[in-house]
Amino acid sequence: MTVAKIELIGVKKRFGKKQVLDGINLKIDKQSSTVIIGGSGTGKSVTIKCILGIITPDEGTILIDGVDVTHLRGAARDAVMRKFGMLFQGAALFDSLTVWENVAFGLIQGRGMNRNQAKDIAIQKLAKVGLGSDVAYLSPAELSGGMQKRVGLARAIAADPEIIFFDEPTTGLDPIMADVINDLIVSTVRDVGATALSITHDMVSSRKISDRIAMLYGGKIIWDGPTSQINQSGNDYVDQFIHGRAEGPIKMAVKA
Amino acid sequence: MNIVAGIGRAVLALLASLGRIADFTIRSVTSIVSPPIYGRLIAVQILRIGYFSLPVVGLTALSTGAVLALQIYLGGNRYGAEAIVPQIVVLGITRELGPVIAGLMVAGRVAAAIAAEIGTMKVTEQIDALTTLATNPIKYLVVPRLIAAVVSMPILTAIGDSIGVFGGYLVATQNLGFTGSIYLKNTVDFATRQDIMSGLIKASVFGFIVALMGCYHGFNSKGGAQGVGAATTSAVVSSCILILAADFALTALLFHTA
Ligand SMILES: Nc1ncnc2c1ncn2[C@@H]1O[C@H](COP(=O)(O)OP(=O)(O)O)[C@@H](O)[C@H]1O
Ligand SMILES: [Mg+2]
Repeated sequence: MTVAKIELIGVKKRFGKKQVLDGINLKIDKQSSTVIIGGSGTGKSVTIKCILGIITPDEGTILIDGVDVTHLRGAARDAVMRKFGMLFQGAALFDSLTVWENVAFGLIQGRGMNRNQAKDIAIQKLAKVGLGSDVAYLSPAELSGGMQKRVGLARAIAADPEIIFFDEPTTGLDPIMADVINDLIVSTVRDVGATALSITHDMVSSRKISDRIAMLYGGKIIWDGPTSQINQSGNDYVDQFIHGRAEGPIKMAVKA
Repeated sequence: MNIVAGIGRAVLALLASLGRIADFTIRSVTSIVSPPIYGRLIAVQILRIGYFSLPVVGLTALSTGAVLALQIYLGGNRYGAEAIVPQIVVLGITRELGPVIAGLMVAGRVAAAIAAEIGTMKVTEQIDALTTLATNPIKYLVVPRLIAAVVSMPILTAIGDSIGVFGGYLVATQNLGFTGSIYLKNTVDFATRQDIMSGLIKASVFGFIVALMGCYHGFNSKGGAQGVGAATTSAVVSSCILILAADFALTALLFHTA
């Protein structure tokens, strides 16, 4: 039996009275591409932030390559961070820096690479996501949403991470740009040979970018299986979600 | 009963937020001494916090010195003591008004700007992004601002002090019939090193307060634009209150009067 790349065991997190994660169990194999689906506000982003160590879980264990990283701090945490790349929902580009400085940030600040070398790599990565070197000197504020996502993607893969997280990569994009991003995710994950974990509520995107899907509901993973079997999950919650029906076991909380 | 519960909750909330501020302060201060040190970022912040505050601090210092001279003259007049103007102006400015006015002006300008910038970074996940790029947000964002504020505030205040004394000199010589050379001689002879140094030490502490409050409220802003707006207001208000409180404490400490 091989060690899972990422493993969550009984991860719990509450904010105030709200138990957002209520015992998440999930295993992600090396070089696989997993998507977590689930409604808005079900805790998908919180799950990823727990794995990244941005949020510390109240209970449970998170293993990366079989090593417990749940409570790592300082230099040990930074070392784990270097395995990760993350594309944020709103791209989260640093608006005080140019596009290439954004892409090169992890190389320069996180790894101490010199600026010229980092800049060459940044321009290569921008080309990978279909952006020319003319874009490199612009400020993020001058880019459209789709271009910002691409820059965010270039930044996420700049340091050739072992694990890449995508938080709602296609949300807020038109269908064509969404598909461009999907293709980029598939190809970059394949090229880098990375393990990918994405979260989305876009079923078209999930089917395209994943080989496994897990559904988060009520603070737990209620179904987990190969993408090819999502239509035969035999789970009413999954069926309701993937077909986008208002009627079913999932009751939408109108008030958060 | 409800009133007691309400007061209890308010006290607990206050203690909790004091605890969070203390924790943030400790994490920030311990980060100052550990590498990496971002020299370029410190330089940029000195420019933004110190240099660009010069006009507003200079202008307020000038008018404060001028008004002070006028008021002391009018007050002193009642006892036939109007000759004391240069001495009281330099004392008031260097010990008290110079640092406090510079502190309050910088609180308005800089604490607000820092809170808005960091708050926006927080709500747009840029701070989380720093972490994922193996960069400590406290070291990258807070430490350069703290160092820059602590270093630039005394310089800013020293310049403000000179301009304030000059404001008093202008009014005294132009409107109140003082002789320029005598005014300056009285000023220089009267002011002690301790008067000036105590003001500059205060200025440094005020700089620390302003940068810390700007960063703290920025880091703790929630929600969207509204949250950032609230953080900005809190940063300015808490800086001003803490500056006035610290001023009293430092005066008592530096002059052993309490
Ligand atoms: N830092 C935080 N403090 C308080 N509540 C939070 C925080 N982060 C997330 N939450 C709450 O946790 C819940 C899940 O959020 P999130 O994981 O962002 O949802 P989504 O599944 O849409 O990504 C939401 O109700 C949100 O308000
Ligand atoms: Mg989310």
